[in-house]
Amino acid sequence: MSIKIDLSKCTGCKLCVKACIYSAIDVVEKKAYINNNCTLCGACVSACKYEAISISKKKKTAFDEGDYEGVWVFAEQKQGKLAGVASELLGEGRRLADELGVKLSAILLGEKINGLGKELIFYGADKVYIVDSPILKDRLDETHADVLVQLIREHKPEIFLAGATSFGRSLIPRVAATLETGLTADCTGLAIDKENKFLLQTRPAFGGNIMATIICPNKRPQMATVRPKVMKRAQRDDTRSGEIIEETILNPISSRVKLLGFIEELSDKVNLEEAEIIVAGGRGLGKADNFKLIHEMASILGAAVGASRAAVDAEWISYAHQVGQTGKTVCPKLYIACGISGAVQHLAGMQTSDYIVAINKDPDAPIFDVANYGIVGDLFEIIPVITTKLKEINGG
Amino acid sequence: MNIIVCIKQVPDTTKVKIDPETNTLVREGVESIINPFDIYALEEAIRLKEKIGGNVTVLTMGPPQAAEVLREAIAMGADDVYLLSDKAFAGADTLATSYTLSKGIEKVGQFDLIICGKQTMDGDTAQVGPEIAQKLGIPVVTYVSKIEDIENGQIKLKRMVEDGYEVIETETPLLMTVIKEINEPRVPSLRGIMKAKKIEIPIWDASDIGAEGEKIGLSGSPTQVVRIFAPEVSKEGEILEGEPTEIAEKLILKLKKGKVI
Ligand SMILES: Cc1cc2nc3c(=O)[nH]c(=O)nc-3n(C[C@H](O)[C@H](O)[C@H](O)COP(=O)(O)OP(=O)(O)OC[C@H]3O[C@@H](n4cnc5c(N)ncnc54)[C@H](O)[C@@H]3O)c2cc1C
Ligand SMILES: Nc1ncnc2c1ncn2[C@@H]1O[C@H](COP(=O)(O)O)[C@@H](O)[C@H]1O
Repeated sequence: MSIKIDLSKCTGCKLCVKACIYSAIDVVEKKAYINNNCTLCGACVSACKYEAISISKKKKTAFDEGDYEGVWVFAEQKQGKLAGVASELLGEGRRLADELGVKLSAILLGEKINGLGKELIFYGADKVYIVDSPILKDRLDETHADVLVQLIREHKPEIFLAGATSFGRSLIPRVAATLETGLTADCTGLAIDKENKFLLQTRPAFGGNIMATIICPNKRPQMATVRPKVMKRAQRDDTRSGEIIEETILNPISSRVKLLGFIEELSDKVNLEEAEIIVAGGRGLGKADNFKLIHEMASILGAAVGASRAAVDAEWISYAHQVGQTGKTVCPKLYIACGISGAVQHLAGMQTSDYIVAINKDPDAPIFDVANYGIVGDLFEIIPVITTKLKEINGG
Repeated sequence: MNIIVCIKQVPDTTKVKIDPETNTLVREGVESIINPFDIYALEEAIRLKEKIGGNVTVLTMGPPQAAEVLREAIAMGADDVYLLSDKAFAGADTLATSYTLSKGIEKVGQFDLIICGKQTMDGDTAQVGPEIAQKLGIPVVTYVSKIEDIENGQIKLKRMVEDGYEVIETETPLLMTVIKEINEPRVPSLRGIMKAKKIEIPIWDASDIGAEGEKIGLSGSPTQVVRIFAPEVSKEGEILEGEPTEIAEKLILKLKKGKVI
């Protein structure tokens, strides 16, 4: 297991040196050499035009491929209501299952949730595994992970997908670590490598500056969390039929973590991850009071309110609204950025939105590079007019 | 109270870009920094120690130059630091990383609390924290925004989720991952900086922490990166021009047409 440079192929072109962010390659007398900084990330392998660099890895197959079959999606729910990402996963899972010619199953855990089973079939599942138990009442990692591990060990799916929500991103790593399999976080693209039947998992890394495609060749299941709102929702079809299987779990564990209560953010619609439309404000607003312009437009559009870090740091709005690398990652249908310059850290959190509208008085602001519609001008003049127009339309 | 903090040295991602023509990373002027979330983790550990007493140990796994972030940790007020460094650790994905860190934590020995950042800026996975907890068989609470109360092994926390905050009660030993809201990190004192300069950073390799070769680095990593490429360059943007009223009308029309509103 190591990285090798075939010196007969190396031309000393230094493409690999440029590609390495860890300064791990030195070129001496027109030949490249790897030094101690190497993390084996593989960036140089893809950068080399001469195929001179290779990373070799011992092949070991710890599973019998034939044993693992089917696509599973975790149907996240809260208090008997399915999370939006569940129908997106079913849409995507259906596509993958059809491509592989296997069944699509949904996994539903909770208390008093039997009624949701049918829904999942309408959205495309062939089978629904339900565990309905008081120990699964609260969404706690330990109990849910224990149940998922037992189900996966018993039924052996080849692919397991969950939403990259706060719950999914805490729970699923626990499952993957127990099963000692790979897990790719926050994917924005999934595909099947036909030849090997591998799941190709594409995700942004380095704060969205780079996309990486990842596989899990030698362990099963292949697991991924999927960014909400990116995949297309499955169409609901009330005529679909499928199988609902109620599972009972032997010797369930109890959680050492207890949920005492929940404090809803009541001040504004803050559920940015679920919002179809987000209106966001930045430093350009000038002061806290001016956020009312954003709130007004948002309330007419039924939108959630987002903010740049600059606005949060100035304490014009709470951190729960921050979008970006150190805030939330969102993917609404429409993102309206007002007085936000579009620093890479902000873009990292919102650039996968379907439509981006930017209002900024600086024509060179980087936000315009990602905007579908740009408005160069003073937001204090433009926002009120847009809001009034929207009101007129809604009224008439 | 024995607290362990896991921090990582990451490239400053503001400066990492991909050259769309050659599809390679352009690393011009990229410096290495402490992963921003990990600074909040470290600050919270030091605050707890100041409040209730104890010891703060900081671990990082990385190449030799990652010792730099441990010096910064000393400057901020950490008591002990260890660098987990071995050529065999290279190429680790989250599973191998969390295994290696959990072996390092076992070697440190006694602990009540482990604090990690919410996620790193390079890997961006947010998986290492929960995976370490699983390896050590302890509970985990992610996205912690506030420690409300900690006494006699009982701990009360607030964590941020999509639509609000959960109030959580649990017991130590515990692993938690923290978000930016939890505190305001301090600036290292001059005394701290002087101390950090002089300190010798202990380095542990795979055999020091008793890590199995099959579970570390590339061999211990089930996932494999097969392709790295530039994100799709932005959609063809259009600048809307005219008087504010005109612009507003154009915009609404376009959004209506696109069935966005
Ligand atoms: C480690 C790290 C993590 C970070 N994480 C995040 C993150 O998660 N989210 C985030 O947002 N940022 C993050 N940042 C900060 C980021 O780099 C920027 O500083 C921040 O996004 C800037 O916010 P802004 O666009 O509101 O402010 P500015 O960059 O100051 O931009 C304000 C914009 O408003 C425009 N403007 C001013 N007045 C008007 C007007 N009257 N009409 C119209 N336009 C006007 C200006 O032209 C300017 O473009 C992070 C930074 C670091 C170092
Ligand atoms: N190599 C590492 N050394 C020490 N801590 C790490 C390392 N990688 C990840 N962590 C910790 O795990 C958290 C989550 O990392 P990640 O899963 O990469 O997003 C980070 O904020 C760190 O606290």
